[in-house]
Amino acid sequence: MSSNSGAHSPVKTTGLHIGEAVPGVAKVDPIIIADNVTRTFGGLKAVDVEHVEIPRGAITALIGPNGAGKTTLFNLLTGFDKPDTGTWTFDGTRLNGVPAFKVARMGQVRTFQLTKALGLLTVLENMKLGAQKQTGENMFASLIKPLWRKQEGEIEERAMEILARFKLDTKKDDFAASLSGGQRKLLEMARALMSSPKLVMLDEPMAGVNPALTQSLLDHILNLKKEGMSVLFVEHDMHMVRHIADWVIVMAEGRIVAEGDPESVMQDAAVIDAYLGSHQDVDLGVVTGRVSGENTAGVEDLLADIEAEVGLTDSSAYIADTNTDTQEEDTK
Amino acid sequence: MSSPHFVRAPRRTRTILLFLALLFGALILQSTSAAPAQADEVGTEYDFYFAGNVKYESKPLEDVTISVEGNGYNAEVETDAEGKWKIGVPEKGTYTVTLDEETLPKGVIVAEGSASVESEIALTNSKIVNYFLGEGVRVTTSFFDQLVERTVNGLNFGLLLALAAVGASLVFGTTGLSNFAHGEMVTFGAVMALLFVNLEVPLWAALPVAVVMSGVFGYVLDTGLWRPLRRRGIGIVQVMIVSIGLSLLIRYLFLYFIGGGTYQLPGAGEAGIKLFGSVTLSITDMISMATSAVVLLGVAWWLVKTRTGKATRAISDNPSLAAASGIDVDRVVRIVWILAGALAGLAGILWAYFRPGIKWDMGTQILLLVFGAIVLGGLGTAFGALLGSIIVGLLVELSTLWIPSDIKYVGALVVLIAVLLVKPQGLLGRKERIG
Amino acid sequence: MDWEAILSNTASWLISPETIAYALAALGLAVHFGYGGLLNFGMAGFMALGAYGYAISILTFGLPWWAGIIVGMLASVVFAFILGIPTLRLRADYLAIVTIAAAEIVRLLFTTQVFDEVTNSADGLGNYHEGFRAANPFPEGTYGFGPWEYNANGWWVRIFGIGLLIVAALLVWLLMRSPWGRVLKGIREDEDAVRALGKNVFAYKMQALIVGGVFGALGGVVFALPSAVVPSVYVTSLTFFIWTILLLGGAATVFGPLLGAVIFWVIMGFLSNVLPAMASSGLLPFMSTTQAATLRFILVGLALMLIVIFRPQGILGNKKELTFVKQ
Repeated sequence: MSSNSGAHSPVKTTGLHIGEAVPGVAKVDPIIIADNVTRTFGGLKAVDVEHVEIPRGAITALIGPNGAGKTTLFNLLTGFDKPDTGTWTFDGTRLNGVPAFKVARMGQVRTFQLTKALGLLTVLENMKLGAQKQTGENMFASLIKPLWRKQEGEIEERAMEILARFKLDTKKDDFAASLSGGQRKLLEMARALMSSPKLVMLDEPMAGVNPALTQSLLDHILNLKKEGMSVLFVEHDMHMVRHIADWVIVMAEGRIVAEGDPESVMQDAAVIDAYLGSHQDVDLGVVTGRVSGENTAGVEDLLADIEAEVGLTDSSAYIADTNTDTQEEDTK
Repeated sequence: MSSPHFVRAPRRTRTILLFLALLFGALILQSTSAAPAQADEVGTEYDFYFAGNVKYESKPLEDVTISVEGNGYNAEVETDAEGKWKIGVPEKGTYTVTLDEETLPKGVIVAEGSASVESEIALTNSKIVNYFLGEGVRVTTSFFDQLVERTVNGLNFGLLLALAAVGASLVFGTTGLSNFAHGEMVTFGAVMALLFVNLEVPLWAALPVAVVMSGVFGYVLDTGLWRPLRRRGIGIVQVMIVSIGLSLLIRYLFLYFIGGGTYQLPGAGEAGIKLFGSVTLSITDMISMATSAVVLLGVAWWLVKTRTGKATRAISDNPSLAAASGIDVDRVVRIVWILAGALAGLAGILWAYFRPGIKWDMGTQILLLVFGAIVLGGLGTAFGALLGSIIVGLLVELSTLWIPSDIKYVGALVVLIAVLLVKPQGLLGRKERIG
Repeated sequence: MDWEAILSNTASWLISPETIAYALAALGLAVHFGYGGLLNFGMAGFMALGAYGYAISILTFGLPWWAGIIVGMLASVVFAFILGIPTLRLRADYLAIVTIAAAEIVRLLFTTQVFDEVTNSADGLGNYHEGFRAANPFPEGTYGFGPWEYNANGWWVRIFGIGLLIVAALLVWLLMRSPWGRVLKGIREDEDAVRALGKNVFAYKMQALIVGGVFGALGGVVFALPSAVVPSVYVTSLTFFIWTILLLGGAATVFGPLLGAVIFWVIMGFLSNVLPAMASSGLLPFMSTTQAATLRFILVGLALMLIVIFRPQGILGNKKELTFVKQ
């Protein structure tokens, strides 16, 4: 459905912040408020956020060069990693120190940069796993089918509804491992919706997705907002950020360096600085192992970046760029 | 599987007596020697037996306790008025025959060899075990001397453990494999040494050749098995279970070829040289420690200074990054397997001297301590494995100051679990980045 | 060679207490590894606790036989907690190393002289059969046909064991078709993903460890019922044989472990009869009868390797639903 709903001009939510759009600016209706969050890895400060607020009912993009600490911040906020210091609240409830599964139960679900479709479960089983408060998930109750048969039916109905929206209903009995990369991303997002979350956190939803699926993914994200959910996503693709984000938070070297609506952030000197800095790193060519012509390649990337920031988009260049970035971050 | 031939219900009174005997030694000895002598023969219902005659300066000694243990069976007997004893056993095989020195008269000790000997009934139905007694003071070693002696022993054990552990750790670091067949690589070195010694190769040549063969074994395993599996892209858990199958396969091949007995290399169990107080150390022990230390220093130098060594560490750190920066991962992994094989083989030889004895399943006994050392030091860091090994070695030996020696490995394994509870990344490991 | 005796001996392994005991333990391991992805290499420890829990309750504390079984099960639950609390939050291979170490600790503690009064150290325990045999509903005498001819006690042990096995298999089937089983299988695939969906992964893994561990303890009880409890049985090789059985039958299946145990023991029984017979009749030159008896264990190792490399899903497993998650 709604494949053309705002494909060209999505309705942006405005008036999210109070006062001047500086890093750490207060929001009118924040869903997450974080203070003094730090996390170090062997002497390196991966995240050092003094204050940040994520607006409710809007799509917020978290951008920044590689190693800026975006994914680490994500992991901290969702309880997948423990911070050195820091407190934060979700919907008014304190979340620091709360284990990941409880965070998810409160309505803050996430997806992963590397898709985590459960390969040897079927698509439908994947979906059903997303539903909350299942009687049959208690070990003793699970032995007696009448206790959970009715609920299971309801969950299945709901799962099929969502799958149909994501055009995965025909694949319900396939193993998730047999899906394409993009379909797995869709499945992961659909599965997250099974829990009726308040805030959906997407870690690089576009990474590794075939360009043909990009538009449909964008539409699904816009639909989340339409249904009243808040969205926070990490992304490298400036084109996409511009297109759908209502608010942009820029990170570099663990800190938040800029905040604002997409248009103004793209022109922010700090942002261009952050990206320039990162591309100087790439130019060193250590990571990619390119021996010859590394300068020109780096410069090309850089030019492409700057072009995007000024609005002359060339999305295909970006997908390639994003892919290499992803690979680098995957290696642990 | 094997069912026991001799099962007895707990005998409470006897146990208590034994316990008290251990506690009050001489006192109990006096009170029981007044009582009529116990039967001088036990287990007469069996076809096989150990027997002997305990004499000191051609005078028979009465009421000396001899015990036989092994193959799920144990029994003990006291010598009769003529100093004779006989213990029947249910099946052929190797047993440990022990003379309880506490029950010898004052001033008499087992002079040559140990009071506890491994003896095998193989071809005949019986075996005579005699002890050479001599004058001497049973050393009541001071706590400090014991501490020093155990520490030296522990260091020796820790160093040889480190040889095996560093190799296993390098394999884990570069390939991600927890190699359950590493114990068999340890046994391989000892068995090769035994083979060459039996082929009349002089010891100075046999041992190095055995180490080289162990390196070749590592190479063969990598080329014939591990590399093809890596090529197939088989998951790490799967490969780990393959290593378990390999471990069973090789272990029973050893049993097939060398049988269930224990074999000694020349020079094993030789008398120690008195260093100070009551602390003694045999030449073999000294050579063993020196060899381990030199080889470990060599490995450390290789890891830190040479190109291949650095590449090894780089791969342990981040395999795909290392591959991307032009390191030939396959070549480095091959070298690591050869090195791990040679180190394990050397550890096997040194362990054959330390235990002492070569047995088909000796590697299995050490495998868990190797794993323990690796986890303790931090998975995948070679220097962590070294540190972990020395701690485990010291722990195993020093713990016998307080706990019975038949549960000395328990202490080390409990510490392993405790460390995981407190500091899962090990002593030298880094915290992992999640996600 | 006496083929009739060889085949008859082989056939008797079909329903031997050993086969039933191994099948129970393998079923427990299916819950751990096949469905939950937990690398438990300490099954021998769970079995030892079941066997010793049973024997010691009867001999030292004078409990009735059925209470002995319950004590054995409780001991394995405690063991599961001790293993699980430190390791279930860590990487999978930590669990492997800790479980194998813990099983060895258990075995060494049952072997040591220190607790001789209770455990009878290396000699093991026997003579605890009275209560169980008194509860035997079968009249005295010898029944059966062909290779399966046993006395009343023999049948009682086998039928009781098979009964336990059926109940255990039914429980596994009920659990794995339910949403609980779905969560467990999800954890096997990727526990972070399941955590992100609001499931308490740690609790599920712990429950799976306990359920599988209790089956292992019951396997130990069945192993102990007909004969004796000897510590030298509960070595790591026992754990590895259980793994071979599980992977042979199919790790993520209910009937795989049962089928695997039957095949394993029938082949082992056959080889243990036929190989020495062949060696002594000169069919296997250069091989003594002892060596011929060792040969079957070499073959077990080889079989385990080949299964894992070429048919990791086992005999009954679905080819697509490989149980080895690439990590």
